[in-house]
Amino acid sequence: METFIETLLGGLMLGALYALFGLGLSLSLGVMKMINIAHGDLIVLGAYLCSTVMQFAGVGPFVSLVAVVPLMFVIGYVLQRVLLNRVVGKGALTPLLLTFGLSIVLQNVLQETFTADTRSLQAGDLSLRGFDIAGVSVGLLPLVSTLISAVIFAGTSWLIGHSHLGRQARAVADDPGTARLVGVNDGNFFALVTGFVLAVIALAAVMYGIRTPFSPTSGPERLLYSFEAVVLGGLGNVWGTFIGGLVIGVAQLFGAKVSSGLGPFFGHLVFLIALLARPQGLLGKAQR
Amino acid sequence: MLRTDRLDAYYGLFQALFGLSFQIAPGETVALIGSNGAGKSTLLRSIVGSVRTRRDGVLLDDQAIGGDSERRQLNRGIALVPEGRRLFPSLTVLENLQLAARNGRPGPWSVERLMREFPVMQAFQHRPATALSGGQQQLVALSRALVCNPKYLLCDEISLGLSPVAVNEVYDLLGRARNDGLAVVLVEQNVKRALAESDRYYCIKKGPGGPRGSIRIGRPGASRASLLRDLTWKRSLKRCWAA
Repeated sequence: METFIETLLGGLMLGALYALFGLGLSLSLGVMKMINIAHGDLIVLGAYLCSTVMQFAGVGPFVSLVAVVPLMFVIGYVLQRVLLNRVVGKGALTPLLLTFGLSIVLQNVLQETFTADTRSLQAGDLSLRGFDIAGVSVGLLPLVSTLISAVIFAGTSWLIGHSHLGRQARAVADDPGTARLVGVNDGNFFALVTGFVLAVIALAAVMYGIRTPFSPTSGPERLLYSFEAVVLGGLGNVWGTFIGGLVIGVAQLFGAKVSSGLGPFFGHLVFLIALLARPQGLLGKAQR
Repeated sequence: MLRTDRLDAYYGLFQALFGLSFQIAPGETVALIGSNGAGKSTLLRSIVGSVRTRRDGVLLDDQAIGGDSERRQLNRGIALVPEGRRLFPSLTVLENLQLAARNGRPGPWSVERLMREFPVMQAFQHRPATALSGGQQQLVALSRALVCNPKYLLCDEISLGLSPVAVNEVYDLLGRARNDGLAVVLVEQNVKRALAESDRYYCIKKGPGGPRGSIRIGRPGASRASLLRDLTWKRSLKRCWAA
């Protein structure tokens, strides 16, 4: 029984991280109708930036975020302004092609700069600390990352529902042409959204980098998990992405319990079954 | 003074406007009439920046402002009520107005004032904007432009598809805006109503192959015969007038 609860909790905490990866994808899909294939590689980029800052400044992974989060925001803003805005609203295929190319470029630049060796972020004894609650052991770090993920989801959801930024986001998603008529500067707004997405990615990348080693080519795998979280939850639904991530995380850990290599397979399996049963996603609205 | 000077407009390679010149003074109400495809909506869309144009094709107080973004034209005090209302379905009535008010200019029209003056809108303020009736939606669409506090309000087919009672409500709101000194450009299917509401009218002629830019200017009420002469350019318009 304890093992069951431990696996479930572990899955939920891993899933909260996948959800955080998916949040960015969900936002760019919802607001800009754009699928960013380079999303996974940007996650890896975030992890490498943290690793670099840690090396040069001699700080821990969480402290390195002070520099990496703003840096990733700027990278996102500039990337959207200079490159991605050219393809927003040009159908589904053009952004796919562009970001696919971007993904290849990023992977190669990372490999050139950081070599193909795997790295991981060392959090010292922080990553070993944990509690024991009624025989169930819970790691401090996964717990903290789950809390951070939940807070970010709650914050994003509040922003979308109640702030001027959120009203702009929903208006642009509904009808970009009319949004411009009421004064929404969509080029600048999209850049802010992508900046925010990369800032969130940086957070997620650190927490994932502490758990799992990464290499320049581990981006596509990250993209896949993010994508599954988004689609499973229902497109354009923020809390759906959160639940989608949790489901994938739990499925993976239970799969790994069955046989240690089967984790990702079980994740994909649950994703496929859920998609067959509810093509619109868990919280998605049925197509009219 | 807002005017266009021999304005051309293109959708891709297709030319939709051929050298149209038009002007409106502050506080004036002007009707634009002409058959379908004559370029009335295109003219409005070019002025607010939704359709790319020559820099000196649009002039505000003799300053060339053509081709600027919608946001910049809005900040200069030019707002468009788009055809078909185009409210944001994911936003409530209140949010539709708040969004525009925040991006617009300061002035006499506030979200609170509109809510006060239209109890219907206040009652439905937390509903999704597109859950309202057509007439109510048009009131919201007009309000959404008003809360930006423009000096020039361009209205594209604001009575289309509405019941006569709803049309009166919409023009009642527009009347209050005009009393505040707002200049209004009316593009209307309902020619009779448009002429009754306006100080001057322009009739845009659609020649073979597209609008020729030949434009007739008249004053409603001055001479019904001259108006009819303008309108008989197109039989469809004559029918409009008779209706």
